[in-house]
Amino acid sequence: MIKLFKVKEKQRELAENSNGKPPVKKQSAGELRLHKDISELNLPKTCSISFPNGKDDLMNFEVTIRPDDGYYLGGTFTFTFQISSIYPHEAPKVKCKTKVYHPNIDLDGNVCLNILREDWKPVLNINTIIYGLYHLFTEPNHEDPLNREAAAVLRDNPKMFESNVRRAMAGGYVGQTFFTRCI
Amino acid sequence: MADAGAHQSSRSRDLDKLLLRPGHLVGPAFEPGTELRDDIQEYARILVVGAGGLGCELLKDLALSGFRNLEVIDMDRIEVSNLNRQFLFRLEDVGKPKAEVAAKRVMERVSGVNIVPHFCRIEDKLDEFYSDFMIIVLGLDSIEARSYINEVACSFLEYDSNGNPREETMKPMVDGGTEGFKGHARVILPGITPCFQCTIWLFPPQVKYPLCTLAETPRTAPHCIEYAHLIKWDEVHSGKTFDPDNPQHMQWVYSEALKRAALFSIPGVTYTLTQGVVKNIIPAIASTNAIISAACALETLKIASGCSKTLSNYLTYNGVEGLHTKVTEFVRDKECLMCGPGIFMELETSDTLKMLMDKLGDEPQLLMSGVSVKHGGKTLYMQAPPELEAMTRSNLSISLFKLMEESPKGILHVTGTAGKPGKRQSCSTKLRVAFKGVAGIKDTDMAGGA
Repeated sequence: MIKLFKVKEKQRELAENSNGKPPVKKQSAGELRLHKDISELNLPKTCSISFPNGKDDLMNFEVTIRPDDGYYLGGTFTFTFQISSIYPHEAPKVKCKTKVYHPNIDLDGNVCLNILREDWKPVLNINTIIYGLYHLFTEPNHEDPLNREAAAVLRDNPKMFESNVRRAMAGGYVGQTFFTRCI
Repeated sequence: MADAGAHQSSRSRDLDKLLLRPGHLVGPAFEPGTELRDDIQEYARILVVGAGGLGCELLKDLALSGFRNLEVIDMDRIEVSNLNRQFLFRLEDVGKPKAEVAAKRVMERVSGVNIVPHFCRIEDKLDEFYSDFMIIVLGLDSIEARSYINEVACSFLEYDSNGNPREETMKPMVDGGTEGFKGHARVILPGITPCFQCTIWLFPPQVKYPLCTLAETPRTAPHCIEYAHLIKWDEVHSGKTFDPDNPQHMQWVYSEALKRAALFSIPGVTYTLTQGVVKNIIPAIASTNAIISAACALETLKIASGCSKTLSNYLTYNGVEGLHTKVTEFVRDKECLMCGPGIFMELETSDTLKMLMDKLGDEPQLLMSGVSVKHGGKTLYMQAPPELEAMTRSNLSISLFKLMEESPKGILHVTGTAGKPGKRQSCSTKLRVAFKGVAGIKDTDMAGGA
């Protein structure tokens, strides 16, 4: 290849870059795959997506879920998604922005959903994750607790769990913790 | 003078055997002779990405292989824990930029070589910086960084009208990687051998523990460390991001992990393990780095000179038990969005985005409907979700030439549903677009991620 490169080097010395246009921003493989995921989104009526940074930043977005069934009926819960440049090799980072009384979501917004961590596979996509999150609200599960107190109440006293959820969503204290209104 | 000459010839004695003599295992365009040797010294400009365990070895190996114009880029500073294997660094160098010290040390020891250090992130450099090198050699430890360099290198690649890669636009990469006693060396000739993206599935997924295990039922030392790192940190430092390169942060995670381990009677939490788990560090072995770097330096010389056929195309080395090496010839992903040719389309400057989308439906290779379009960092049109559709709808009636900043040619990425009836499926592809009647047009275009 050296011959080829030598010719190129000589040409370069003769004519320094004539193209004055600013370079087109490169797209990471993650951005291209995400573009596909987003354009193929097929969300249930209870879920919506928004792009706080506008149409040219798809890598950071928010998903809002309004459960139409179960303990969380009537609540509005927003999740932030951060997508890496090597998506889907790496799973999106998802956090719950709304403070929620939930056995599988802690008070800092960490979410225990298997496909976000240990069971993530590159064939999964944003749609799958949103359905997974939605599922957490229709079927909260006390066996994978992140909020241990909430999980224990759900297991031992579902009626009380239900009233705790109501109180939290209406804006108020459950135990020592204050929840802002999200109905 | 006579002494200096003799010294010079003895230094290149072994190299001369490769470069000055013909052979029957040589590459296709090999022309042995002193001119070749001199040209390599004068014209071959090589970039080494990373000045760590592999980078130190690579710089030394390349300098001693007759390359005289080297540059090295690395954003890190030297740490005490580097000194056991990053042999160009001394105790008094701790805290200094790796690239600068490495360049200086090799120049002190190998006469005639010039090494330009760049103490910055790889993303800080413009594409023109990377385009100036003949070959890019990678001594990296992250998938993200490899992926980025791959995107840059593939963005230079152009295809001719028959869909064949144009050799003069090809930016070869030689990639080394090690993990403990294991390593790989590979040759990436974009357009010919698989690029990094074609075979990204080769990398095993990162180990991620379920958060609820960390929170409720920790069983191992890494569980305790990840609890402190992922859950406890946020609880205590609300809003403050954890910085793995900040020793105080790391110390905090370590002490929390210890408390956690004590609570559950789990042994094995150490500071080193904490760093390892949090930063995904695998212990590096000096000899593995030396072996892999030597393979990479040799491949670099082979690509530059043609003195032998290159590795085809992926060497794995395993020294865990005994020694095993193997070369596997991986194949390209023909539809790779990074290095693949995509589809070429010639358009009128007056064609609107909508007209392009309609043409994709008629394009026999695609028959694509439900099209969404991206150009560089800009989202030109999205079918879904409704919010983005509304934000991009006004682009449909604008001419594509205008949307592409009046460049005579460029790259679009389109996604939609494509294929013949009964076999239609979701599809993403690259479009190489050229506008008729605009000066400077050939029927070729960049292949890259542009």
